[in-house]
Amino acid sequence: MSFFSEALWVLLLGSLLGLELIGKVPPTLHTPLMSGANAISGITMLAALTLIIKSGDNLPLLIIGSISLGFALFNVIGGFLVTDRMLAMFSRKKTRK
Amino acid sequence: MTFIAPVKFAIDLLAVLLLALGIKGLSKVRSARDANRLAAIAMILAAFGVLLNSQGTIGISINSWVWIIGGTLIGGLLGALTAKRVPMTAMPEIVALFNGCGGMSSLLVALGVALFPSEEGADGVVGELIRNFSIVVSLFVGAITFSGSIVAMAKLQGWLSTPSWTQSKARHFFNILCAVIALIGGIYLLIDGQNGLFLIVVASSLLGIGVTLPIGGADMPVVISLLNSYSGVAAAAAGFVVGSQLLIVAGAMVGAAGLILTQVMCDGMNRSLVSVLFGGALGTSSVSSGGGGGEYTNITSCSPEECALTLEAAERVVIVPGYGLAVAQAQHTLREVTRVLESADIEVTYAIHPVAGRMPGHMNVLLAEADVPYEQLKEMDVINPEFPATDVVLVLGANDVVNPQAKNDQTSPLYGMPVLDVQEARTVFVVKRGMSAGYSGIKNDLFDLQNTSMVFGDAKKVLGDLLLELKELGVGSKG
Repeated sequence: MSFFSEALWVLLLGSLLGLELIGKVPPTLHTPLMSGANAISGITMLAALTLIIKSGDNLPLLIIGSISLGFALFNVIGGFLVTDRMLAMFSRKKTRK
Repeated sequence: MTFIAPVKFAIDLLAVLLLALGIKGLSKVRSARDANRLAAIAMILAAFGVLLNSQGTIGISINSWVWIIGGTLIGGLLGALTAKRVPMTAMPEIVALFNGCGGMSSLLVALGVALFPSEEGADGVVGELIRNFSIVVSLFVGAITFSGSIVAMAKLQGWLSTPSWTQSKARHFFNILCAVIALIGGIYLLIDGQNGLFLIVVASSLLGIGVTLPIGGADMPVVISLLNSYSGVAAAAAGFVVGSQLLIVAGAMVGAAGLILTQVMCDGMNRSLVSVLFGGALGTSSVSSGGGGGEYTNITSCSPEECALTLEAAERVVIVPGYGLAVAQAQHTLREVTRVLESADIEVTYAIHPVAGRMPGHMNVLLAEADVPYEQLKEMDVINPEFPATDVVLVLGANDVVNPQAKNDQTSPLYGMPVLDVQEARTVFVVKRGMSAGYSGIKNDLFDLQNTSMVFGDAKKVLGDLLLELKELGVGSKG
C-alpha cells in the first residue's frame, strides 16, 4: 500500500504543478508547446524499459515491451526534433536582427 | 551496491525538475528552444536512471538488451526520419501521429503486465485492486488516444471524410454502447485481472474512433490537444502499473498542462469543450439551423493587375493569412510580395487570428519559415483597432476568421467567435480559389460588401501574378 499512497500524492502534486506551469502562453507557441508536451508524454518509454527488463526470458512479453518501446521512442524523438525544427524558425530571425 | 538507489533517486529528481522547467520554458518565446532541449535531456537522464538502477539491482540480461536496443533503434530512427521529412504545413497531423503512438505505448505496457503478471505480486488486496485499476485506465485511455489520434490525422490529411451516419443521433448510441462495453470489461478486469482485457481494448478503440470521426476540421486542433492531454494521463496510469513515480509525475504534468492548453484553444475559437466533443461538426449544425445561409448578391471580382494598382497607392497594408495560404505553399511568394511593398515604403503587417492555420500558432510557424519578421505579426486584439486606418487588407485563404457575421448576426453559428474586423479597412481583397464556403460551411458576408473585391485563383498563382504586376509598375524599384 505504501507505494500507492505515495504515488497518489505524487499524482496529485504533479497534476497541480502541470496546471500552474503554463498560465499565459502566447498563441505563437501553442503549436510548439503542444508538440513539446506531446514528446514528454512519450516518457512512457520508461514503463516499456521496465517491462522488458523484468520480463526475464518471456518472449511474448519481450516482444510486447520492445514494440511499446519503439512506439514511445517514435513519439519522443520525433516529437522533440519536430518541436526543435519549429522553434528554430523563431530563433533564427532573432539572432539575425 | 547500496549507492545505486540514492543515485537513481537523485537522477529522477533532477529529471522531474528539468521536465518541469522545460514545460515552463516552452511557454515563453525566448526560452522555448532551450527548454525543449532541456526536456529532451531530462528524458535521456530518466532512461539512464532506469537502466542504471536495473543493472545494479536485478541485472539486465543480454536478451533484454537486444530487445531494448532493437526497439530503440527502430522507433527512434523512424521518429527522426518522420520529424525531418514532414512539411511544416502537416504539423498538426504529425503531432497527432506521434501522440497516438505514445498512447499505444502505454496501452502495450498495460497489456503486457496484465497478460503476464509478475510473480512479485502486489502488496495486499487493495494494492492489487489499485494496480488492476491502473491497468484498466491505461488500456482505456491508451486505446482512445491511439485510435482517436490516428482518425484525427487521417481526417486532417484528407484520407477520411465525415461519414453521414456520424452526424445522426446514432453516433451517440454507438459511443455510449462502446463506453458501456468498455466499462463492463473494466469491471471484469478489476475483479480477476485477466478477463475483459480485449473487451476494453476493442471497445475503447472504437469509442476513440466514434468520438473523433464526426468532428470537423476546424475543431480538430482542440481534439488533438485533448488527446495530447490523454496521452499524459495514459503515461501516468502506466506509471502506476509499473510502479514508477517519475512516470506518474511526468504524465500528470503533461496531462494537466494539455488540459490548460486545450482550454486556451477553445477560448480562442469561442467554443466550449463540450460542444466540440458532443456537438459534432460545426458545418452540419449550421446548415440545419439555416442561420446566415443564402446566396451572394454583390460579388465584385477583380484581376491581380487591379489589385496591384491599389496596393501601389496604399500606405498601410495588412495581410490576413489563412490555411489556404499554407496549403498552396504560398508563404514564400507572399514574403517576396511584401518585400517589394516594403521597399516602396508601404507599411506591411500580418494579422494573425488565434486559430489561423489549423492550430493556434501554426500560422506563426509557417510565416517564420518564410522569414517574416516576428515583429510584423500582430495578434487579433492588437490589430483590430488599426483596421479603420488601413488602406488595403489582403485576405489569403482565410474565411471564417474574417466573417462579420460573427459580430452582427445573432442567428449565425459563428456568432460570438472573435474575428478580425477587416471590413473596417478601405479596401479588402480576398484571394480565394472559388466561392466555396469555409470550414464552417457558412456564407461569408464580407464577400458581399462594397469595399470587398475577390481575386479568384490559387493563392500561390495569384501572389506570383501580383508580384509580376508590382514589378512591372516599378513598385519598390525607384526607392
